[in-house]
Amino acid sequence: MAGKTLYDKLWESHLVHEDADGTCLIYIDRHLVHEVTSPQAFEGLRLAGRKAWRNNSIVANPDHNTPTKDWDKGIEDPISRLQVETLDNNIKEFGALVYFPFKNVNQGIIHVIGPEQGTTLPGMTVVCGDSHTSTHGAFGALAHGIGTSEVEHVLATQTLIAKKSKRMLVKVDGKLGKGVTAKDVALAVIGKIGTAGGNGYAIEFGGEVIRALSMEGRMTICNMAIEAGARAGIIAPDEKTVAYLSGRKYAPKGADWDKAIACWSTLHTEPDAVFDAVVELRGAEIEPQVTWGTSPEQVLPIGGRVPDPLQEKDATKRTSIENALKYMGLTANTPIEEIKLDKIFIGSCTNSRIEDLRAAAVVAKGKKVASSIALAMVVPGSGIVKRQAEEEGLDKIFLDAGFEWREPGCSMCLAMNADRLSPGERCASTSNRNFEGRQGQGGRTHLVSPAMAVAAAIAGHFVDVRTI
Amino acid sequence: MKAFTQLNGLACPIDRANIDTDAIIPKQFLKSIKRSGFGPYLFDEWRYTNHGEPGMDCSTRPLNKDFVLNQPRYKGAQIMLARENFGCGSSREHAPWAIEDFGFRVIIAASFADIFFNNCYKNGMLPIVASHAIVDQLFKECQANVGYRLNIDLVSQTVTLPSGESFGFEINATSKHNLLNGLDEIGLTLIHADKIKAFEAKHKQSQPWLFT
Repeated sequence: MAGKTLYDKLWESHLVHEDADGTCLIYIDRHLVHEVTSPQAFEGLRLAGRKAWRNNSIVANPDHNTPTKDWDKGIEDPISRLQVETLDNNIKEFGALVYFPFKNVNQGIIHVIGPEQGTTLPGMTVVCGDSHTSTHGAFGALAHGIGTSEVEHVLATQTLIAKKSKRMLVKVDGKLGKGVTAKDVALAVIGKIGTAGGNGYAIEFGGEVIRALSMEGRMTICNMAIEAGARAGIIAPDEKTVAYLSGRKYAPKGADWDKAIACWSTLHTEPDAVFDAVVELRGAEIEPQVTWGTSPEQVLPIGGRVPDPLQEKDATKRTSIENALKYMGLTANTPIEEIKLDKIFIGSCTNSRIEDLRAAAVVAKGKKVASSIALAMVVPGSGIVKRQAEEEGLDKIFLDAGFEWREPGCSMCLAMNADRLSPGERCASTSNRNFEGRQGQGGRTHLVSPAMAVAAAIAGHFVDVRTI
Repeated sequence: MKAFTQLNGLACPIDRANIDTDAIIPKQFLKSIKRSGFGPYLFDEWRYTNHGEPGMDCSTRPLNKDFVLNQPRYKGAQIMLARENFGCGSSREHAPWAIEDFGFRVIIAASFADIFFNNCYKNGMLPIVASHAIVDQLFKECQANVGYRLNIDLVSQTVTLPSGESFGFEINATSKHNLLNGLDEIGLTLIHADKIKAFEAKHKQSQPWLFT
């Protein structure tokens, strides 16, 4: 019999019950909660007279609606404010292990603070009413984004109803070139398999390139697994994982720490395991990536040209290209490097960690944002990331270059707060989705790495970061 | 949850691949702390020519006449036809809430994104995966014939076209049972409460650090 994959091990070690048709109950170790997808779930518990099954599994904080400046004014939009206050009240009523209310010094994007606090650990199951929960797979955890009904189900029963996914291995071998980052790898993978390529799969990322990435880079890759359609992305834990977790507030201590490390060392795919699908990429062939359309799969290397729908034989794909060009205000065959930008956004659960800000600061140092750029902003992923960046003087580098240095939150990744694009505005963004209207109605989003976003800010148009 | 057994309903074709949940219900409407009332904002940016905000009276907003849902022939549609990877992107359950609130009970597509697919079942909606050939045929027939209705039968797992032609679809036994009976999944899971407690105790003993 073939050996087990990491996914098999995580699944089997959390299996509580299995029905004859393969529908399973999976035990959930960690439940991350934010203000947007939880109010109806707590209300459901209240109406049914139910309690939270295990409230010390909950790590919560508001992030989607919170403003990124003028915190002294509070949340001005009354509807946003009510949603954030509703989370305050629900946590007060139902309890949590960790709760950082708005303006707490540790508050931030839920997918940044979970790992930062040591509440995401190898071998765990993690859920959140948020598709980017896949981020936590970077620690060798099985992490699923879920809907609000499922949030209520997990709150009430500590389990998730699920069917086992198929297993995909995405193997990235060799080495990445200079200026090529985890974000470029993620976009290149999506470009190769498409946004539906991972539907029905849990993706394990492996190979030399993945092993060489820092924990921050691994989080970026797993974060984008959902953009490939996979509900989970996983990377086997190793010495980097252990080093990242060591000393974090909620990471195990003392004898438990030693036992945990021994346990985590078993969390890897056996050499004779078989995957349902294998995708291979060569690290050296991956170039800095830029999306040109309205789906993350509509992506090209920086040296490319916007595609021509006339060259596409498949009718549905041709229509998609035509729709995307129209929405994006682009002409077929335009070189990517000639696309001019209006705004620059560095942030989101994909790229707002300290390493992302360091990579951005290296490019920004001593340079100025082009006068044609209306706004360039850096939004750190958490209060801790913000303070660390300030201790390293990164805020000064960004401010000197003409970037705004903001308070942490989801911000213009999805524009639920005041940070957004106006109709027709074009943005180089380090976030994860370039869907129509994602960053504001009529806004045009190009996804890139933090270094590429800064390079574009300085030039006023896209430019190959390897050449500057 | 509303039960679903059988439906004879008007079909409406939304002819795009990769329709994401940001398009189905834009972010500004996610600020609601309620579960209902999202129907008027379904496909908001495609449906209206002005910018929508929560609480707006949609009956007076200017309509995008080109958008298929605004065409009088599709008024009262209960079955949505879609292409590949429908519901990709965000996990927001506001997407199926909006679709259901608008009046749809069934979506037939070439494929669905995983989270959206699960979210449908939790809201008494039936997502049906059909082959590309069948989806193509349904789109063509629906666009060519005003008043094109399909008959969906969950018990026999069949979709019947106006011509009398029919095709079968897959659904797992648990989802089918719950949908047919409109069952509350939490109540069903809590039948296994002792099993969950026993698992939890064992799990805590072997990996106590997962419980702090």
